[in-house]
Amino acid sequence: MENRFESVEQVREGLKKVHYLSDDGIAGVVFLAQRLGKPILVEGPAGTGKTQLAKSVAEMLNARLIRLQCYEGLDESKALYEWNYKKQLLRIQADKNSDSWSQVQDDIFSEEFLLTRPLLEAISSPDPVVLLIDEVDRVEIETEALLLEILSEYQVSIPELGTITAKQIPMVFLTSNNTRELSEALKRRCLFLHIDYPDMEREKEIVLTKVPDITQNLADQIARIVRSIRQLDLKKAPSVSETLDWARTLMLMGIEDIDAQEVKDTLHILLKYQTDITKAAKELSVDK
Amino acid sequence: MTVLDLMSGFIAELRKAGLPVSLTENLDAMEAVKEIPIEDRQAFKYALAATLVKSNSHWRAFETIFEVYFSLRGPEHQIAGEMTDAEAELWREEQEMQQQGEGAAGSGGGMDSLTPEEIAQMLMQALMNGDQAMMRALARQSVQRFAGMEPGRPVGGTYYLYRTLRNLDLDNMLDKLMEANRDQAAQDLTKLEERLEKDEFESRIEQFKQEVEAEIRRRLVADRGAEAMAKTLRKPLPEDVEFMHANKEEMQSLKKALQPLTRKLAAKLARKRRHGRRGPLDFRATVRSSLSYGGVPADPKFKYPRPSKPELMVVADISGSVAAFARFTLMLVYAIQGQFSKVRSFVFIDGIDEVTDYFKSNVDISDAIHRVNTEADVVWVDGHSDYGHAFEVFWERYGKDINPKTTILLLGDARNNYHASSAWVIKEMQKRGRHVYWLNPEPRSYWNTGDSIVGEYGNFTEGVYECRNLRQLEAFVEKLA
Repeated sequence: MENRFESVEQVREGLKKVHYLSDDGIAGVVFLAQRLGKPILVEGPAGTGKTQLAKSVAEMLNARLIRLQCYEGLDESKALYEWNYKKQLLRIQADKNSDSWSQVQDDIFSEEFLLTRPLLEAISSPDPVVLLIDEVDRVEIETEALLLEILSEYQVSIPELGTITAKQIPMVFLTSNNTRELSEALKRRCLFLHIDYPDMEREKEIVLTKVPDITQNLADQIARIVRSIRQLDLKKAPSVSETLDWARTLMLMGIEDIDAQEVKDTLHILLKYQTDITKAAKELSVDK
Repeated sequence: MTVLDLMSGFIAELRKAGLPVSLTENLDAMEAVKEIPIEDRQAFKYALAATLVKSNSHWRAFETIFEVYFSLRGPEHQIAGEMTDAEAELWREEQEMQQQGEGAAGSGGGMDSLTPEEIAQMLMQALMNGDQAMMRALARQSVQRFAGMEPGRPVGGTYYLYRTLRNLDLDNMLDKLMEANRDQAAQDLTKLEERLEKDEFESRIEQFKQEVEAEIRRRLVADRGAEAMAKTLRKPLPEDVEFMHANKEEMQSLKKALQPLTRKLAAKLARKRRHGRRGPLDFRATVRSSLSYGGVPADPKFKYPRPSKPELMVVADISGSVAAFARFTLMLVYAIQGQFSKVRSFVFIDGIDEVTDYFKSNVDISDAIHRVNTEADVVWVDGHSDYGHAFEVFWERYGKDINPKTTILLLGDARNNYHASSAWVIKEMQKRGRHVYWLNPEPRSYWNTGDSIVGEYGNFTEGVYECRNLRQLEAFVEKLA
């Protein structure tokens, strides 16, 4: 691969340039994945930037991002490849009389009639790509097997055509919200990265980078309040994206310095359950 | 010792701690080690974790073992009887400031001359300002001064930790910090600000504690060797912690592990319900879809069986030792209550009370559990388990509500204090209900010993299940729904 990373530090700097603030863990694993040519399985609570990581790496590497959104009922005709039946039919009808059958058969199972789907597209692309397989925990455990060949060998076997091997090894990210246990086979092939909620310092940095014109003071207050809220025993802790939404809201309201009343009024942006809101308001003693 | 030796010892220890490390993962780790220098400890740690740890709940176990095996590596982690230059510099500055502040009493020299109070004072300053380097240096010094560690002494790390922290009076540190902060502030802090300050200080104190712990561990490893140390620190993984013997910290980790588990379980059960086997041909739907093919039934449709959701009654013993188990089972059951058509719960010691209302949807489950513990009327005579009486009252009051759709879960160790068993109630339950199961948090080998009469009750149930840890509990619930 051409653009290999030199060091973990370089990865971190590169990600920072595209406005993704990584920590030691994230940068280290991305570095390692590229060096070892292994996919990364990214897990963690919703809204902590799992998908964003793949996007940012693509931007950093100047590579095209190919995304496969997983859902129940995903099959190989949507993930890997499909034969273009209509075109095949046309081909057969076009020279009904002239060619021998065997030639037609050879013809209609050639690459011309192959529709590439994201996985095949990722490995057959001549340019560097980043492949993102999003929410892999949503497919059935049987469908996971589709991914195994491409993840370990970077190749796709098509019975009629033979094996297509990758021209370049793409960086592969798989994200999971952990709604079910992934199979051992899949986990074994990947590097594992757990992205948790960021610590206070990093969250503040994220707010500062992502929300333009925000003051240091406000970002600091936001990060501190969010940290305190996350320590509570809640149904759903606020995610980073919710923190950012909150910060933007406060900016729009023209608030420079948050007081208790403002926190209370805007708490519903951070928390999505009424019980959580009540609890947080009580705990932070903003509810008098 | 070469890195390779270190690694093989490390991986062996991971396996002993219960982490499933396969051969390929082992090889990957070796590859990873080549790419990332061991001197960059954080990156090195994450590199190893990425290749070896494939589940977040195993992270803690990994981290502990990593610290033990690699804590003596890298320049900044030398065992320092003497301070590094940077630290010495810090000390001098701090000393000067102290002396200026106090005016007299030029104690001079190293920190040996400082009294514990003075060190505590310096710590407070460091915590106040969030001075990381100073906190680290103080952690090191306090361990050296106060822990009283001697080579070869067969005492666990917790003892040293306790000694160190007691000397620093860390328990009262938070209050003192808050007070000092209040004095410093120009105007009165609002409640919100106060709360935020408190959380900030708490996290700093926690950080300091960890520094102390790490320092103690480093010294112990240097004294005893990594392997022996890892063995004493070996703890069960969260899913293997026994309910009956979990300490406070383990309870916390159990609670944390429970939440993702319930989510997984709910998704799995919902999926199972949807993807049942194919049913018979659905004639109406087939004809309907045939219209788009000009009346040719090209796409036959099938009926999917929709098994009805079971009704659940949970009857739990919440006395003493089995209380934690009952709590976890209730939490688990209510977290996935969408999978049942109705859930009712009852708790007993020697009296019995219905607690279903506490769990009415939208209420925080831990709140509800708290109410169960404090408000439920479960004591009849003396507050010692009396299964027989509890069951009789249950039958009298709620027996008529059991119908052929009801599944009954009985939770407890069946240690009946030699009271009458009233096992006939269970027999009646089985006659009237759909299923009756008994979950016992005790190891199977203890059953029917002493005053345990689980066998007598078990005769009338469809099965008595050993549920000592989350893993077993999860397996049972999955089977149930």
